[in-house]
Amino acid sequence: MSTKERNVDLAKWSGPKRPYDLVKELVIALVVVTLLIGACAAVFGSPDERAVTLQQWGQNAPSDFVATATGELAGSTISAGYGAPYNDAAEGLTLGPLKLQKWAGITIPVNPAEDFVLKPLKSSIDSAVPTAVATWSAASADQQAKWAEDYAAAIEKAGDSAKVVEDAAYGPVPVMTAALLHLAQEGSLDGLLTTEVTPLPSDFTMPLLFLADGGYFDELGAQQHLHGDQWGMMNETGSYPGQSWLWMFSFMYQIEPFKSSENADSQIFAMLFLLNLGFIFMPKLPLINRLPRLIPFHRLIWRRYYRENNL
Amino acid sequence: MATMWTTRVRRATIEKIDPQDALPDNQPSYVASWIYVFGVLTLAALAVIIGSGLILTVRGASWWHTSGVGHYVNSVHLWAVELFFVFMVVHLWGKFWMAAWRGRRFATWVTGTFCFLSSLATAFTGYLIQGDFDSQWIATQAKDGLNSVGIGSFMNTLNSGQALLLHVALLPLGVGLIVVWHVILVRKNGVVPPLDAKEIAGGAA
Repeated sequence: MSTKERNVDLAKWSGPKRPYDLVKELVIALVVVTLLIGACAAVFGSPDERAVTLQQWGQNAPSDFVATATGELAGSTISAGYGAPYNDAAEGLTLGPLKLQKWAGITIPVNPAEDFVLKPLKSSIDSAVPTAVATWSAASADQQAKWAEDYAAAIEKAGDSAKVVEDAAYGPVPVMTAALLHLAQEGSLDGLLTTEVTPLPSDFTMPLLFLADGGYFDELGAQQHLHGDQWGMMNETGSYPGQSWLWMFSFMYQIEPFKSSENADSQIFAMLFLLNLGFIFMPKLPLINRLPRLIPFHRLIWRRYYRENNL
Repeated sequence: MATMWTTRVRRATIEKIDPQDALPDNQPSYVASWIYVFGVLTLAALAVIIGSGLILTVRGASWWHTSGVGHYVNSVHLWAVELFFVFMVVHLWGKFWMAAWRGRRFATWVTGTFCFLSSLATAFTGYLIQGDFDSQWIATQAKDGLNSVGIGSFMNTLNSGQALLLHVALLPLGVGLIVVWHVILVRKNGVVPPLDAKEIAGGAA
């Protein structure tokens, strides 16, 4: 690029000018865009698929609910083995030698067995629950795990928690999970998991983590084409465009090496960080910053100028 | 007098603004393409987003679930966001192929990219506070990505109250300031000349 050319780019334009009513353009754009948006809103509306409750889960998929609650007691659910920011059950995802998830610390403490099952059971009016909880609390961790794992295996084998035959091998777990299911079905568990800090809740960490540990919520997501392999959260319920601007993010989950990586989340975030750095500093990137010259779309944009000046 | 803070601020701001640059009634002859419209279309869509967002804010987070008017305003907000991104992406691609960063306009490009990225974050938090199944799903899915790099320890997608405040206060303020900065730079530096315009400009150099 010559010095003379740079000067032209820098200098205040002293060549021919044309009238340009900026304010009029803005007003016309505002009117046209408002009408266009208003029409889209009237014709297409917006999705409003009702939020799922723990009550709905308990009523529609009681066996899945009981199996998930049992998993929380066994420590085998996603939440129970998550790591930071909820607990120290796992190292969390890494980025090479960087343990960013772990280093950020446990800022939202969650003990799934305690928070999702044992604490809510204190509100149960089932007379068998205090004894069951006392038995559970008095047992060793190994015994607790064995009861819960055996009951989880029995549910899986029977295909339905209601078909599992009573057995002392499961300890107090069936009584506890049945009481929790009852709390969910009558609607009180939704409140119990959100009102511990304040009776006017705005934080839904507990019920959403519990819900997401189960198969019911996952199935609803699949029905609404929202799974990761269905381009995930970029989509919305129904036939709406959703967050199409997240296409690059969703796209990476569809391809290797990310698709099969245990650290896909952190790797994709790192890739996007680098891509965004490239996006911000694009004018400084060799070759990329030459593309506008190499692929002359600018001839189309300024075709009138080039034509009028025989360039 | 020159040491007065007020004097310094006036000289650094108001006295540097040429009214013809701030609100020009003419433009270089090369400013003649539909691609130039997409910047102002983006601003227009942003205005509709802010307007509909203010109505939703005043009426409360759950109003749109129970009111037909509320649902319509929510739909306006949604489609304004969709079109905002369409216009912005076309504007962005246009600026790329024009190599619009030439002539000390790098800061204009950078503020533009920050407009885009901060808008992504704002839109994302909007999806978290709808109070419907989409919010639940997006919150539970997105938490893993944010948690994996430590961001989730400070920004909890499952906390609707946090997302709501970010969406209606902090992030719009950030987007607004960056957009204003971007527009000021565009007006200050003028519209980038066509590539290889040196032969035509002649004396302008």
